[in-house]
Amino acid sequence: MTDALLTLDGLTKAYPGVVANDAVSFAIQPGEVHALLGENGAGKSTLVKTIYGLVKPDAGKMFLHGAPFMPANPRAARAAGVAMVFQHFSLFDALTVAENVALGMDDPPGQGQLGARIREVSEAYGLPLDPDRIVGELSAGERQRVEIVRCLLQNPRLLIMDEPTSVLTPQEVDILFKTLRKLAAEGTSILYISHKLEEIRSLCEHATVLRLGQVVATCDPREKTARDLAEMMVGSALHVPEREGGETGDMLLEVKRLSLPAPGGFGTPLRDVSLSVLSGEILGIGGVAGNGQDELLAALSGERPAPSGSILLRQRDISRLRPNARRALGLLAAPEERLGHAAAPEMSLTENALLTGDVRERLSSRGFIRWGKAREFAARVIEAFDVRTPGPDTAAGALSGGNLQKFVIGREILQKPDVFVVNQPTWGVDASAAAAIRQALLDLAQTGAGVVVISQDLDELMEIADHFTALNEGRLAPIRPARGLTIEEIGLMMGGAHDMDVADEAAIAEVLA
Amino acid sequence: MDLGQIDPILLLASLMVAATPILLAATGEMVVEKSGVLNLGVEGMMITGAVVGFAVAVNSGSPAAGFVAAALAGAGLALLFGLITQVLKSNQVATGLGLTLFGLGLSSLIGKPYEGIKAPSLGKLDIPLLADIPVLGPILFRHDPMVYISLLIVLGVWAGLKYTRAGLVLRAVGENHTAAHALGYKVIRVRLAAILFGGAMAGMGGAYLSLVRVPTWVEGMTAGAGWIALAIVVFASWRAGRVLLGAYLFGGVSVLQLNLQAAGAAIPVEYLSMSPYLVTILVLVVISLRGKHGAPGSLGRVFHATT
Amino acid sequence: MRFVLEKRPAPSRLMLGLTPILAVIATMLAGGVMFWALGANPVEAIRTIFVDPLFDPTFASYSRPQLLVKAAPLILIAIGLSLGFRAGIWNIGAEGQYIIGAVVGAGVGLAFYPTESRLVFPAMVLAGAFGGWVWAMIPALLKTRLGTNEILVSLMLVYVAENILASVASGLLKNPEGRGFPGSRNFARDYPAASNLELLPGTGMHWGVIAAFIAVIAAYVLMTRHKMGFAIRLTGEAPRAARFAGVNPTRLVVFSLGMAGALAGMAGLFEVSGPAGQISIDFGSGYGFTAIIVAFLGRLHPIGILLAGLLMALTYIGGELAQLMLGMPAAAIQLFQGMLLFFLLAMDVFANYRIRLKTREAA
Repeated sequence: MTDALLTLDGLTKAYPGVVANDAVSFAIQPGEVHALLGENGAGKSTLVKTIYGLVKPDAGKMFLHGAPFMPANPRAARAAGVAMVFQHFSLFDALTVAENVALGMDDPPGQGQLGARIREVSEAYGLPLDPDRIVGELSAGERQRVEIVRCLLQNPRLLIMDEPTSVLTPQEVDILFKTLRKLAAEGTSILYISHKLEEIRSLCEHATVLRLGQVVATCDPREKTARDLAEMMVGSALHVPEREGGETGDMLLEVKRLSLPAPGGFGTPLRDVSLSVLSGEILGIGGVAGNGQDELLAALSGERPAPSGSILLRQRDISRLRPNARRALGLLAAPEERLGHAAAPEMSLTENALLTGDVRERLSSRGFIRWGKAREFAARVIEAFDVRTPGPDTAAGALSGGNLQKFVIGREILQKPDVFVVNQPTWGVDASAAAAIRQALLDLAQTGAGVVVISQDLDELMEIADHFTALNEGRLAPIRPARGLTIEEIGLMMGGAHDMDVADEAAIAEVLA
Repeated sequence: MDLGQIDPILLLASLMVAATPILLAATGEMVVEKSGVLNLGVEGMMITGAVVGFAVAVNSGSPAAGFVAAALAGAGLALLFGLITQVLKSNQVATGLGLTLFGLGLSSLIGKPYEGIKAPSLGKLDIPLLADIPVLGPILFRHDPMVYISLLIVLGVWAGLKYTRAGLVLRAVGENHTAAHALGYKVIRVRLAAILFGGAMAGMGGAYLSLVRVPTWVEGMTAGAGWIALAIVVFASWRAGRVLLGAYLFGGVSVLQLNLQAAGAAIPVEYLSMSPYLVTILVLVVISLRGKHGAPGSLGRVFHATT
Repeated sequence: MRFVLEKRPAPSRLMLGLTPILAVIATMLAGGVMFWALGANPVEAIRTIFVDPLFDPTFASYSRPQLLVKAAPLILIAIGLSLGFRAGIWNIGAEGQYIIGAVVGAGVGLAFYPTESRLVFPAMVLAGAFGGWVWAMIPALLKTRLGTNEILVSLMLVYVAENILASVASGLLKNPEGRGFPGSRNFARDYPAASNLELLPGTGMHWGVIAAFIAVIAAYVLMTRHKMGFAIRLTGEAPRAARFAGVNPTRLVVFSLGMAGALAGMAGLFEVSGPAGQISIDFGSGYGFTAIIVAFLGRLHPIGILLAGLLMALTYIGGELAQLMLGMPAAAIQLFQGMLLFFLLAMDVFANYRIRLKTREAA
């Protein structure tokens, strides 16, 4: 494969306690869309960071156009024609689009000229951007465009995209894919990282599958079923959550025309949000990241008080109640960010059990903490949810993402909530833990609780939700039964294509000329 | 009291002199904070600059050498802060406080032999023609060179942050250090450079106190000027132009209260002396009423590269 | 080869205990170099500061009781500060709260002069605590109502307090029989009912020492057993998690700043009615600032603060002795204390990170 653009040969990188990449070898051809497929923790991120010069491998070689390639830093990688769109954006909220783009280039033109180039290129590729806007005010989709345009302006030979579609609606994904195919046709290679199987099947010509740091398979994803790919990725047959169409009962939680201003400078306001959850029902709330998910959870959990009369639990107005008063009445919640929000990383699991368990589990009396009971409660959560840890005295931050998430979800479910609100229950969690968590949510609804699942994973929502709605710029779409919804309908509920446009070939030719 | 004793022209002229130490220190601290670092040691660096600048100026007879030495001393203390907070990842608030306490001790130790001596004069830079303009001449154009140098530095910092690549990188590092690191910028190095600059500026601000404004060495002579510089950065919403405005406003208040004291105002001396601090609190309150705007996103947070 | 820092999931308990001791040793070494540079014999200087106050036959009888006298205000103030510091609330104006506590407490006492009632002294203690509390409530309310930075406000109020002290020392509280000199009546000499006497002769034990011990125990119980202590720790380590848990940030700020102010105010009152004896212009002696070092050196832990307060008191007394015996400048000891804090903060890296030696691959 002497004509390969990039060849990886035996790349190995170990961190204490884990081998992130174990002798990884594969090659990317010019103009190829190459998928890198694997579960969370399979070593995808470490690998692309190595290619981009952010991580030094312990062993192994790379060749770019047959010549040895080992970038010492991202600058060297960019100089060699490698560009990267990060999963967690590498953007600066308080700076303008043009300044953000300039920071990703090694030799940017003057500000006026750069602005003009940004307009040209972004419009040619159907990703319109205003160079003078402050990035913190852009939507998640627009922010991603900034990253992509930043890469395109450098005419890269290899474009690395790390989970790019998690912030896009299905319509936006379609347009992005057209742009990517166009780029590939022009000779740019694309290394596409994802765990979304259908996307990879529709976009990529070649896939390398990583599991626990090793290459376990290579294939043409168009010739495989999603199930085949999933089993390559996970290494065993998948457990699909079981559900029986449960009976729904009384009205438990009602939100009536809830509006809240944005918290802080760059948050999302909630606009006229109404929803209702019945006993035994799972309501799924989809939507692209940054459209009010955190804000909705904070309003329901009581972290931010809401206007009187906007949140009712069993017809009782709880809008002004603080978190512990809501917990006492049976409304529990689990926020998205595990470290630092749902749990305190440097504190023990016992202390983290006390964090939300105080009221319902009676872990204190007259202000004094009953540590023995708290420890017992933590131990029960660990036992019931199969949390892999030495014991309740372990610091929360020492647990793997999946185990900590099981602890966080288990901590709430064991308190027998009447209504449970959870944001991104399986984000960044390995497949087996994700399946266990989904099953636990289904079981909880089965016992008669109402469950609100806010998630950016549409497959997850389709799998467990009875009703579906989506957040778009702080507004909630009308709630509809989940069964029978098409992907197009869901996409429209999430806000459609916004103002993205299909790449304009003539314009691109002009820009590239 | 005789308000007639207060000459408005002299008052305005001394305002620029009174504001210069704080202007220098606040401009330096603004750059530090723009890079995402909160250094509460300004007071300690200022007073160390004051004593070192004074000692060197007295021994060498050259105030200019004093200013250079003060900048180096301030930067030296700042380097200590930088190493502990950036390389050893300590808490910035605690370390900055420690730097202030350390600087106060160090300065009184160095300063003992220099008490009661007068500083060599820096001289005035009467700008030809301009200095002869009535009213404006004495107010604006008959000062020592440091007044003009400090203004040039503010201008340079403003332009540097807004228009240069280095300024853009500095702002980016302060706004989101993780993203800056992912793009390949050296977060720690950029911050160390900013910290050193801040230290040098605070040192010069201190030296201006002991060499021009007072001009003699008195133990603890900064009397909170470093803290006021920190407050001015907040007041200025991290903008160079407003740092200038804030420093001159503050200079005005302190000159006015001194003049009132000298004129024998009916208000007790203690209440006049506390007025600059009360005004600072008032200003902070007014700014907080307007909400938090412009603070760099990573301000005060420890950066640890995970890769 | 290079060193690589690796974040520990939780700070190492062993290192948290060990690093203050290492910091003291490092400070002694660096301090020795400093004393040598100042022309003193380093070994003798360190001995004079750390050993002689306790064991020298000539001085120990005087300086041993001084240990408790100096340690009591440091411990009282540092315990209060530690509550806020743990939660990320930076009250650095304890010196001002200390001064105002002394002024208000002494003012109440002098208002009753010359009433010989047993209630005068307790009333003064309460008034002192109240004065410090009020002074701390200013930054607390500005922070909770308007979001004003408490670091700068509390510090600015120190300068305001110093000016108030100067004003009352030569005005409102001036001794009418003092022949026009500034300064109030001396409690021990002029007004025994309102004075904070040495309880056991020759020990330095006074009411402030007892209050400091009570504060240590109460803080220990609060931090380890009570929900408020848990809320404080949670807020310091993960502020968003604290809000999620239902911690009321306003109550927390008011509680921790209020406690710090009240304890500092009480310390001021015990000082003015005992060791200092009177309100004078130079009453503020920097205890409020040194207590910041004590709080950190004690790892913000009550027992640690107790030990750190005693150690810091020792450096004060030893410093005075070194001044007397070796002609060491007074500022040297201040510098010494600053160094101690620096070394401690620098060594925190061992508690929070693992340090590995890494051989870099030729890239």
